[in-house]
Amino acid sequence: MSKFFSNSAGDARKTELRLEPVGRRLFLRMAGAAAATTSLMVAGCSKDPITGDDMTARGGARIAAGVDLGSGDVGILNYAYALEQLEAAFYDMVVKMPYNGINADERQILKDIRDHEITHREFFKRALGSAAIGDLEVDFSAVNFKDRNSVLTTARAFEDLGVSAYNGAGKYLMTPDYLLLAGKIVSVEARHASVIRSLLAPKTGHYAGVDVVNGEGLEKSREPKDVLAIASPFVKTMITGPNLPNM
Amino acid sequence: MKLQNILSDIEQVDPEVYERLNSRRGLLNLGGKLAAAALPLAFGSSLKKAYAQTSTNNKIVDVLNFALTLEYLEAEFYNIGMGTPGLIPAEDRLIFAEVQMHENAHVAFLRKVLQSLGARPVEKPRFDFTAKGTFPTVFSSYTTYKLLAQAFEDTGVRAYKGQAGNLVGTGAVLEAALNIHSVEARHAAYIRRLNGNKGWVTFADSTGLPAAIYAGEDQQIQNERLGPINAHSGPVLFGIDTMAVTESFDEPLTKEQVLAIAMPFIVG
Repeated sequence: MSKFFSNSAGDARKTELRLEPVGRRLFLRMAGAAAATTSLMVAGCSKDPITGDDMTARGGARIAAGVDLGSGDVGILNYAYALEQLEAAFYDMVVKMPYNGINADERQILKDIRDHEITHREFFKRALGSAAIGDLEVDFSAVNFKDRNSVLTTARAFEDLGVSAYNGAGKYLMTPDYLLLAGKIVSVEARHASVIRSLLAPKTGHYAGVDVVNGEGLEKSREPKDVLAIASPFVKTMITGPNLPNM
Repeated sequence: MKLQNILSDIEQVDPEVYERLNSRRGLLNLGGKLAAAALPLAFGSSLKKAYAQTSTNNKIVDVLNFALTLEYLEAEFYNIGMGTPGLIPAEDRLIFAEVQMHENAHVAFLRKVLQSLGARPVEKPRFDFTAKGTFPTVFSSYTTYKLLAQAFEDTGVRAYKGQAGNLVGTGAVLEAALNIHSVEARHAAYIRRLNGNKGWVTFADSTGLPAAIYAGEDQQIQNERLGPINAHSGPVLFGIDTMAVTESFDEPLTKEQVLAIAMPFIVG
């Protein structure tokens, strides 16, 4: 999926991530339109890989509406909250707009997963309280919601991404309560991933295949910067985490 | 899992690790590609001397040996099952072959990590998968077999989760435990579906297994201290029913709870 992210956009993103949050806010507030133009030059030098839109047409809005996840344990929880927002929004559309030929079993599975992701999202929102990031604006224009394969492969990508994100972020959580909570959620995401994969390739080892589990029986971890890069085509809001570990 | 990671992680917990080892330069000089194969032994013996009595190492070793015991149990269960002609139908063998491969890999991995920490991996116990006659058809009835498989996988998920708190701040060790934990959850979900259950755990529904395996899975309040998510405000919270709320969180088990579940299967 990282192929969605062109090199030039990746470089621009790094530049964006290096800005300190306070500095960036000041910069935008003080310089107004001029700053927006400068930001556009940083963020937009290619077409949006998903929509084909010229990024410059909305790059300013992306940055102006961008969110900073924060730092420390709160930053990690906001990071999880962002991913849960993305998943919940996706499954909400899947449930409201079932793909052609969906059967009763699949319908129930996708509704269950939708309910779990909404629960996760609402949990983080409440747990974070005033430290929570705002609502993200999503972009699922790359998904054909009428097509089973398009929906289920996207679901697989989101679930695998979610598991790898939690697996990679656990080590950064210093509060045991938060780590336990992340642990309570990640195994449910792994259950989702397994079931979705079994719908795509029933009666095979695909549910825990070599693309996600290595030869030592260990599932993949991803660092926040890699997760955000993979998720970014699906999120219109610019998400930054300059103070997250290893960004 | 890289040994260098373990070392740097321990350094965070114990800034004096290199002084304890008294051979930082020596260890780093070993770090080249040629020396990589020799590193585990050298590293292990240094670390063993340095940490023979410290609580951080003991805690990690305890967790890893506990996990290893469960992995032995699972690996043997699948090795016997896959090796019993006619037990697992042909159409389901790929599913169990995957589990079998992973559980054996987990045994090998945990043994390797323990050895690299200079600790002795626990011996494989002798198992009785009939649990002293409770499940006499474990290897003759596929129905019994896949139900017990579900028991072991769901218990495994809860067991790793219950140990995570003991690994806070251990970096690569915690990460490796999480990397195993999610694999167990993938197994659990598919095997639950083979049993006609949902892939996730609803309330504390034991689906015909001993109730202890699912005790507490019906928890409806998550971390009240942080700000609860619960069903206290009524049967429906933000449009999601209580059933789905309990499915959304897998709950941990303590080591004692897990051992109580596993003990009937362990002869000694």
